[in-house]
Amino acid sequence: MRQLIVRRLLQTVPLLFFVSVVCFFMIKLAPGDPVLSFVTPNMHAEDIERVRHNLGLDKPAYIQYFIWLKELLQGNFGYSLTNHQPVLDQILERLPATAGLMGSAIALAVLLAIPLGLLAGANRNRWVDKLINFISYIGISVPLFWLAILMIYLFAIKLHWLPSMGMRTIGVESTADVIKHGVLPCTVLAFGFLTSYVRYIRSSTIGQLKEEYVQIQYAFGASKTTVLFRHVMKHVLLPVITLLGMSMGDLVAGAIVTETVFSWPGIGSLGMTAVRGMDYPVIMGITLFSSLMLIIGNLAADILYSFVDPRIKLTR
Amino acid sequence: MNRSKWKNVGSELLGNGMGVAALILLLLFTLASVFAFLSGHDPNELNVMERLTPPGAGHWFGTDDFGRDYFARALYGGRVSLLVGFTAMIIATGIGVTVGVISGYFGGWLDNLLMRMLDVILSIPTFLILLLLSVFLKPSVGNIIVIIALLMWMHIARVIRAETMTLKEREFVLYAKASGQSAFGIILKHIMPGLIPVIIVGATNNIASAIMMESSLSFLGFGVQPPNATWGSMLNNAQGYIAQAPYLAVFPGLLILLTVLSFNILGDILRVGFEPKLIKR
Repeated sequence: MRQLIVRRLLQTVPLLFFVSVVCFFMIKLAPGDPVLSFVTPNMHAEDIERVRHNLGLDKPAYIQYFIWLKELLQGNFGYSLTNHQPVLDQILERLPATAGLMGSAIALAVLLAIPLGLLAGANRNRWVDKLINFISYIGISVPLFWLAILMIYLFAIKLHWLPSMGMRTIGVESTADVIKHGVLPCTVLAFGFLTSYVRYIRSSTIGQLKEEYVQIQYAFGASKTTVLFRHVMKHVLLPVITLLGMSMGDLVAGAIVTETVFSWPGIGSLGMTAVRGMDYPVIMGITLFSSLMLIIGNLAADILYSFVDPRIKLTR
Repeated sequence: MNRSKWKNVGSELLGNGMGVAALILLLLFTLASVFAFLSGHDPNELNVMERLTPPGAGHWFGTDDFGRDYFARALYGGRVSLLVGFTAMIIATGIGVTVGVISGYFGGWLDNLLMRMLDVILSIPTFLILLLLSVFLKPSVGNIIVIIALLMWMHIARVIRAETMTLKEREFVLYAKASGQSAFGIILKHIMPGLIPVIIVGATNNIASAIMMESSLSFLGFGVQPPNATWGSMLNNAQGYIAQAPYLAVFPGLLILLTVLSFNILGDILRVGFEPKLIKR
């Protein structure tokens, strides 16, 4: 087991390397000269060249890559071209907002998906299942930004129950205020990947209900509800952990859109600002950061899965 | 055998209420966007006197902040959205099938190389690359189609690879090999026909995700540029008028939802139709 985990970890290293190469050269190939952001109107041509030299931008691209990689390994993600702040600091500063949003969205999605999936699986092909199935279809088909706009209209503009943007009311420093601001973005984001959880739990519930232990419980006179929520749920619940790792990619996309609509001050909206301003160190930092989370998420999911279900071998 | 498979898909499709509804909706949307010019309004014609008119007899979907007929804009927007979805799907499926078949059929180092490449691409959040590329390249309909296609082929490549690997162990392929047919001939004559169900299902799901990607991009302002409308950019604009004119947000969003929903439902029905074992397991 340990050997397999070590091998899986070692496979991640070249993956990370290639991801960094792809990110670096993709942004290198981008049009637009980053030196221009340092240029002021009364600079001469040789001053501009000196800035280029100081930034190391006159060296060949592959050397720039290795310099960048060396700095990266020392924790230096570079500096923003617009406000000249360290990229890592900016990401870390925004991280709590995004992590809080994603974490609560995952929790909400799992909490909703467990009963829905169990009910659908236990009542296969009956109206409950069909209704949940239809909701799931809408879940994967609804554009999150549209859902966000509708929620803002209903809950913020019509009913005045919840604030529509930002994370805090200006001048208010309380957790309750942050939670109030977070309800809408969290619900929207959770809805975006609720469906895959529900479908997964539904199909594994169907599988579990055919197992012998279920028949035995019935034979001992256990009620349907007891079997479902006490015994089947236990078996269905654990593999759900692995789904979390796999939904990282969707989460990132969802977070960018959701944070933009709700002006949530997280990494997603930082990324949008960077893309608009062609701030390539920031874009690259965020891309790398989220790729890292994606890779770690998948790795953790694989490893956890082999603990949860030892029949599965870690291959590849 | 093959005929009964198609028959099975047909009956599965027509016997399912949601499937029929999805087909009719998609047909309706396609016809509406092709014959958009019949709506009698120019989608880009400004009319200051009729700003933000609510939906009514003159303007079925009302008018937007420039007094443009919203129904006509929705139709022309649908044209772009469907075009992007369909074309991106064809390109993505083409790449995916090629990579998947080569990887699955030849195996060995080639397979290893292609699959590791795929791992790398899959490890970078797609949506970020999508944003990046659409900023680098000038946002035009053509560029958006290419970018979306380049980010969508990975999933179908994996499925095709797995399917090819099982197909190439079948007797008829071994026989063709033994009788000295070239690899290209075997792929074309013996492997491809077996892949068609998988391709159709994957392609249907791909249209759905392409339309979703395009509208997300356009919504964030990196997609198709004004004055041309797409459903996504219409929603972007509607965001600013949500308090005065909520209908501006309702219509385009509903159109995206219904289109993507229909393609997703069709994709699932086709999968069940091609592989009845799936539900009976």
